Amino acid sequence: MEVAAVANDLMHEKPILELQKKIDELRKFSKESGLDFSEEIAKLEGKAKMLADSIYGELSNWQRTQIARHAGRPTTLDYIKGMCSDFLELHGDRQFADDLALVGGIGKLDGINVTLIGHQKGSDTKENIARRWGMPLPEGYRKALRLMKQAEKFKRPVVCFIDTAGAYPGIESEERGMGEAIARNLIEMAALKTPIVCVVTGEGGSGGALALGVGDRIYMLENAVYGVISPEGGAALLWKDASQAPRMAEAFKMAAPNVYEFGIVDGVINEPLGGAHKDPAATIASVKGQIVSALRELMEIPLDVLVEQRYQKFNNMGHYANG
Amino acid sequence: MLKDIFHKKKQRYATLTSQDVAERLGRTRQPQAMPDVAVPEGLMSKCKRCGEMTFTKELEKTLKTCPRCNYHYPLDARERIELTLDEGRFFEYDADMTTVDPLNFPDYLTKIEREQAKTGSKEAVITGEGTIGGYPVVIGVMDSTYFMGSMGSVVGEKITRAIENAIAKKYPVILFTASGGARMQEGIFSLMQMAKTSAALAKLSAQGGLYIAINTYPTTGGVTASFSMLGDLNLAEPGALIGFAGRRIIEQTIRQKLPDDFQTAEFLLKHGMLDMVVDRKEMRETLTTLLDLHGGGGGGE
Repeated sequence: MEVAAVANDLMHEKPILELQKKIDELRKFSKESGLDFSEEIAKLEGKAKMLADSIYGELSNWQRTQIARHAGRPTTLDYIKGMCSDFLELHGDRQFADDLALVGGIGKLDGINVTLIGHQKGSDTKENIARRWGMPLPEGYRKALRLMKQAEKFKRPVVCFIDTAGAYPGIESEERGMGEAIARNLIEMAALKTPIVCVVTGEGGSGGALALGVGDRIYMLENAVYGVISPEGGAALLWKDASQAPRMAEAFKMAAPNVYEFGIVDGVINEPLGGAHKDPAATIASVKGQIVSALRELMEIPLDVLVEQRYQKFNNMGHYANG
Repeated sequence: MLKDIFHKKKQRYATLTSQDVAERLGRTRQPQAMPDVAVPEGLMSKCKRCGEMTFTKELEKTLKTCPRCNYHYPLDARERIELTLDEGRFFEYDADMTTVDPLNFPDYLTKIEREQAKTGSKEAVITGEGTIGGYPVVIGVMDSTYFMGSMGSVVGEKITRAIENAIAKKYPVILFTASGGARMQEGIFSLMQMAKTSAALAKLSAQGGLYIAINTYPTTGGVTASFSMLGDLNLAEPGALIGFAGRRIIEQTIRQKLPDDFQTAEFLLKHGMLDMVVDRKEMRETLTTLLDLHGGGGGGE
């Protein structure tokens, strides 16, 4: 699986890291030798900052894909626990099993009772195996739907964190109706009588991502991606060559700035320079701020108006001529 | 000539009989042989499953099912409409809606032109209204011969509008699905058609309108993960391939070979995902009965 190839080393960071290494060496040498290199160090640090600004300032779709998949990136539970008080995780779909690749529960967000749901990647290999790298089975989506219907009943808004390479492609997925499970979420979310805020925090991979993505407001983190298929999958399918993934990521225009330009998402949440993993706490705070302000706005809207606006929002997506 | 016909129409609805449709596409009443058959053109067809050679005339009588093994030959959208609706009038919706290239994706429009030239169709779905057993219905038929039946903006929009028409007119919706899934070349826009079509079905359902999904060979990916599995009644043709993930992807993931019947209509029936597997020769009658059992299926008053 391509998910196993998650890289902790980001290629585009190499020049910055190399320069930083040089600065560190110089500093060490200065200390040991007692010679004053402060002017040179300051100069190099200035150069490093400029380099960082220019590299991070114009990341390609593919580079952002790498950041979106970074193992150090905050996961759904990091976000939830970092922004919520009294969070209680709730388990199971009441039909078959509890899928660890998709988590959910209830908690308080800035005083608002909410239901929080999201794809859950692991922080190490062992956890990743248990959580299938955040790729849910049908029971995961059915758990999500159960929690959403519960939220509707108790008049809690729903917050969804999207971060998956896609729904898990296995035998059991087909046996238990992956297509139906995703489809059911789409149709039910479209008509759910409670506000829904979605945030694509990392990978927004295909139908497995969209199954948590039919919301009133949809945001993407700056280095998140959202696409019809992974760039590797797309390249294998269309160009018979998965190694063309970087080129495919550009063709799909799948990183947040492009997706926002297309009008698919309502806003892009800035990340710390270099990516969310550089400062998870700051990232979580920004995400929280965006969610809370969206919720406060949405909770003012009468529910029938809200659902109709959600309908129109998705109804407007797509491009065609004539007709 | 074909171009002129479509370009003349500026109104949203085209009024066509199914025979008109066939003629305008240069299709005689005589169905043409399958393109990959090495026999005198148009005379005989070879079954992909059992190899049986059948006279095309004979095949027409069996509605393109193999007389020996009951293999269901793929149909294009026009053929399906002819077989399903009552003789006479078919009113097509949005016949002039055409594809654009929102991502500026390499070679996309060239490929569209190629597909159009190859099939004589404009896109991978035809929608409209007609009657089945006298009951008015809104019908959508996907066409796997065009761009693998993939769903981009036009397919999503046409299906959504068809459902919206059904809501306005209080008609039931019948969709024959056949698709390789979301169309890669329109990227995120294709993905969003899954949400858009499903949202329209939510509205239809809220009004009590009947929706019958008929999964035909092949129904996969984003279409399976949206409207093909959302029927009040989920039907399929025998042997139809129906699945979410591709066989190759699953085999790569689990590193083992999959059984032959994996992702067939019969497999889905066994696992509780379908109400019925219906032989093509009995489809019209079954649909008529189902419509009758739902009082026409329009919902509301």
